[in-house]
Amino acid sequence: MEHARVLRGVAGVAGFLAAAEVVGATGLIDDRFLPRMSTILRGAAELLVDQEFLADARASLAAWGLGLLLTVAVSVPAGLALGALPPVERAVRPLIEFLRPIPSVAIIPLAILIFSDNLHLRVAVIVYAASWPIVINTIYALRDVDPLAKETLRSFGFGPMSVLLRVALPSAAPFIATGIRVAAGTAVILVVSAELLAGGAEGIGIYITEAASGNRMDLMLGAALWAGLFGVLSNTALVAVERRLFRWHDVRTGAAR
Amino acid sequence: MLEITDLVHSYGSHRVLDGVSIRAAEGELVCVVGPSGCGKSTLLRSVAGLIRPTGGRVLIGGQPVDRIPDNLAVVFQDYSRSLYPWMTAANNVALPLRRRGLDRRRRREAATAALDQVGLADAADKYPWEMSGGMQQRVSIARALAYRPSLLLMDEPFGSVDAQTREDLEDLVLRVCAHHGMTTLLITHDIDESVYVGDRVVVLTRSPARVAADLPVGLGDSRDQIATRQLDAFVRLRAEVGRLVRGGSSTSTVLEKH
Repeated sequence: MEHARVLRGVAGVAGFLAAAEVVGATGLIDDRFLPRMSTILRGAAELLVDQEFLADARASLAAWGLGLLLTVAVSVPAGLALGALPPVERAVRPLIEFLRPIPSVAIIPLAILIFSDNLHLRVAVIVYAASWPIVINTIYALRDVDPLAKETLRSFGFGPMSVLLRVALPSAAPFIATGIRVAAGTAVILVVSAELLAGGAEGIGIYITEAASGNRMDLMLGAALWAGLFGVLSNTALVAVERRLFRWHDVRTGAAR
Repeated sequence: MLEITDLVHSYGSHRVLDGVSIRAAEGELVCVVGPSGCGKSTLLRSVAGLIRPTGGRVLIGGQPVDRIPDNLAVVFQDYSRSLYPWMTAANNVALPLRRRGLDRRRRREAATAALDQVGLADAADKYPWEMSGGMQQRVSIARALAYRPSLLLMDEPFGSVDAQTREDLEDLVLRVCAHHGMTTLLITHDIDESVYVGDRVVVLTRSPARVAADLPVGLGDSRDQIATRQLDAFVRLRAEVGRLVRGGSSTSTVLEKH
């Protein structure tokens, strides 16, 4: 079942690559604008031994990791506070509903004005954009915690803070984790976008800009490919962690995965 | 030990409890039986301090219940919601013991002992969702026992298990309550069960609930699922309680005894 699914996915990707190569070979597309698939893949492979690219990738990865860590540290407590205190949530809600739909990329120019340090800029943009899914998921998950589960602990004389940390937080954890996974994907987009817009010394976005100005479409798309692949891998890793940590949740909801 | 006096509770203008008075002596197992939706759970929640009743008074060991008492444990009907699925059986049982100021090792010991008492010594490291319904309710009972409450409240504790398991759990509760000398208030809609398990049966009327009758069971301490249920005294009392629950009047001389 699992194997068949993976196999089908691989077949889909291979099919797409082959089709793109065939279209490229027919000369329908000018390969000055879009290089042949084989050229892009060769470029992507070359990047693996390109010291400059590797340094850029490391810089982006560091900004991503730091940004995501800070996002979790800020948004989980914020979500818990808002979820646990409905009056505060109702007061803040309109602000959230106003800010959330603003495309995060649109705040990058503002961040450029505020932050002189490129790492700070990227981290700040990530925290702003990636917090939403975690905060929202945490609020809704807390709202859905089984009242009987809370009442049980309350009947043993535990106070509201204990009930929040020992019942509400663990109950909500699977949903918070999903929020973190969505945030991780958002953070990849934001880190590269910030680098493209704000420039700087190091980062995949910087590498892409330089490759484009040097007219190396193959390296530019190769770098983009690695960024995308990183997004897929981090998502897969987080799904694996969730499955392991929240087996009780899957069993209970009867999720067949 | 437990004194409930003129308890009144209304949700908005809807009156649920209309002056309910129940007494339970130290070590007594009192069953409260009544038609579905008559306010039994509201009664239990008021005693547990989970809701503040509109009127009346609850004393546990002479102390008024004005917040959640710390010498009381509740076993709810819905074990699957009341046990924590992210914790093993032993950790579920050990969790409330934090309130007792026990260290990790002592909590674990107490949990193991309580699980042993309910016949789940081997299941300490299992998760609730790996267990049958009956086993899960045993874990809930073990959790209440480990807490060593002086008052045990049970809200339809056998309402969600099959008949065979139900009988086993009834006997388990009889055994452990007698063993610990715990005062127990057990709420049920099952007439047969109230007579089999109780030292006394308090019958509530249809909503708003009042005490229709307070009947001593008088079947002795040792009970047997087959033999006890065949006794004339059991059959008569069951019929009596049945009539009262259906809203009829008592034919016995024991009426409204406070």
